[in-house]
Amino acid sequence: MIEIRDLHKYFGSLHVLKGIDLDVQKGEVLSVIGASGSGKSTLLYCINGLEPIQQGSVRVDGIDVHAKGTDINKLRTKLGMVFQQWNSFPHLTALENVALAPKIVKGKSRDEARDIAAKQLTHVGLGEKLNVFPSSLSGGQQQRLAIARALAMEPEYMLFDEATSALDPELVGEVLDTMRLLAEEGMTMICVTHEMGFARDVSDRVAFFHQGVMEEIGPPAQIFSEAQSEHTRKFLANVR
Amino acid sequence: MQPTVSFFSGFNINDLWFLGEAALRTLWISVLSISIGTVIGVVCGWLLYEGKLAATLTLAPVLDIFRSVPLIIQLVLFYNFAPIVGLNLDPFASGVVILSIYTAALVANVARGGIEAVGDPMRRAARSLGMTYWQDLRYVVFPIGGRAVFPAWVGVALGVMKDSALVSVLGYVELLKASQILITRTQEPFLILTIAGAFYFALSYPISRYSASLEKRWAQ
Ligand SMILES: Nc1ncnc2c1ncn2[C@@H]1O[C@H](COP(=O)(O)OP(=O)(O)O)[C@@H](O)[C@H]1O
Ligand SMILES: [Mg+2]
Repeated sequence: MIEIRDLHKYFGSLHVLKGIDLDVQKGEVLSVIGASGSGKSTLLYCINGLEPIQQGSVRVDGIDVHAKGTDINKLRTKLGMVFQQWNSFPHLTALENVALAPKIVKGKSRDEARDIAAKQLTHVGLGEKLNVFPSSLSGGQQQRLAIARALAMEPEYMLFDEATSALDPELVGEVLDTMRLLAEEGMTMICVTHEMGFARDVSDRVAFFHQGVMEEIGPPAQIFSEAQSEHTRKFLANVR
Repeated sequence: MQPTVSFFSGFNINDLWFLGEAALRTLWISVLSISIGTVIGVVCGWLLYEGKLAATLTLAPVLDIFRSVPLIIQLVLFYNFAPIVGLNLDPFASGVVILSIYTAALVANVARGGIEAVGDPMRRAARSLGMTYWQDLRYVVFPIGGRAVFPAWVGVALGVMKDSALVSVLGYVELLKASQILITRTQEPFLILTIAGAFYFALSYPISRYSASLEKRWAQ
C-alpha cells in the first residue's frame, strides 16, 4: 500500500505539490489526469524517491521513502517506473536491457537474469526481439521494452508517467494493451495519462490534479460524468 | 665499421633500425601518457560535471592553463623548474608528467561532454530500477557516454601521440629526436623525415582504422 500524507514539494520557491493526501491500495489501478505542469510527474518522482520532498511523508508498504535510514535503492525495486521517454540502453540488446538490473541490483546470476528477461520480454510481446538492439525497435516496442525492464525487478507497484505521450498515434494502442494486461493481472498501478479512454475503462479510481492540488478523486464514472469541481469539468471538456 | 667512417656516411639499414626503436619509444611514452591522462581526465570531467563549487572554481582554470599554454613551453618550464622543488626527473619522466596532464586537460572536457550526452532522463530510468549512483555511472553513463565521445577521445589520443615529438626538446630520443640526429649525420633531411613521417603514420593508422570499425559496430 502507498500512503501519501500532506506531501509538499518545492522546486526552489515554486510550490509544485501543495499538500497531497492519497492512499493507493494493493491491486488498485489509479489514473492521474490534469493539465501539463500540474505536478503529476513530480508526484511519481516523490513516490519512488527520485525527488526529495519538503514536507509530509510517502510510505510504501509501511516504509518511509524519504526517511534517512531507508535503503532507497532496495525500495525502488518494488516500484517499477516507466517514463514518457522510453530510455532504452542503446548499447545493450533487448535481452541485456532487461537483464542488467536483475543482475547488478538483485545479484542474480547471468543465466537467471537472462531467463527473467526473456520471460518478461515475451510477456510484453517482444519474445521475437530478444537479441535486437533498441535502435531497430519502434517507439512502441521500446516502450514495451521499458515496461519489461521494470517488470524484471518483480515490482509490486508500477508507476507510469505518460507512457504513451511520446509515441506516434498508431503505436499508442500496443502500449496501452500491455498496460491493460498488467492491470488485468492484478498489478498495482499509478498511471499518469492523457488517454481518457484508458483512464475510464481500466482504472478503479481517477485523480484530477490542478496546480499542485488533487482537486478530485473517485471512480471513473463519477469523475467523467459528475465531476464536482469546476476545474475538472473544464479540463475534461477540453481534452475531449 | 669505423665510427669515423660512419660519421658523415649516408643512410643505411642500421639507421632504419635506430628509427624503428625510436618509434617504439614514441609509442611507449604516448601509450603511457594517454592512459594516465585519460584516467585523470575522466575523473576531472566527472568532477566538472558534478559541478561542485570547489571543482569549478579551482579545477576548471587549472585545466584551462594546461590546455592553452603551448606544450613545448610546459615541457621546458617543468623540466627546468622541477629540480628546484626537489623533483629530479629525467626527460622521459618529465615528458610523461606533462603529456599526461595535457591529455587529462583535454580529456576532462571530452568526458564531461560524454556524461552530458547521456542525459538526466536516462539516468533517472537507471536509478528507478534500483541502481546506485555508482552502478548508474558504471553500467549506463560510462558505456553510453563513452561511445558518444569515443571519436573525440581518439582525436585527443592521436594528437597527443604526435605532440609527444615535443619531448625531443628535453633530449629524449623518440622518433623526431632520432630523425634530427640522423639528419645531422647523413645530411639527408628529406629521406629521413619521410621515413619518420611514415612511422608516425604507421602508429596512427591502425588506431584510426580500429576506432572506425568500433564506431561502426556500435552504430548498429
Ligand atoms: N527539476 C525541476 N526543476 C524546477 N522545476 C520543475 C522541475 N520539474 C518540474 N518542475 C516544475 O514543476 C511543475 C510541475 O511539473 P510536472 O510535475 O512535470 O507537471 P506535469 O507532469 O503534471 O506536467 C511545473 O511547473 C514544472 O515546470
Ligand atoms: Mg509530466
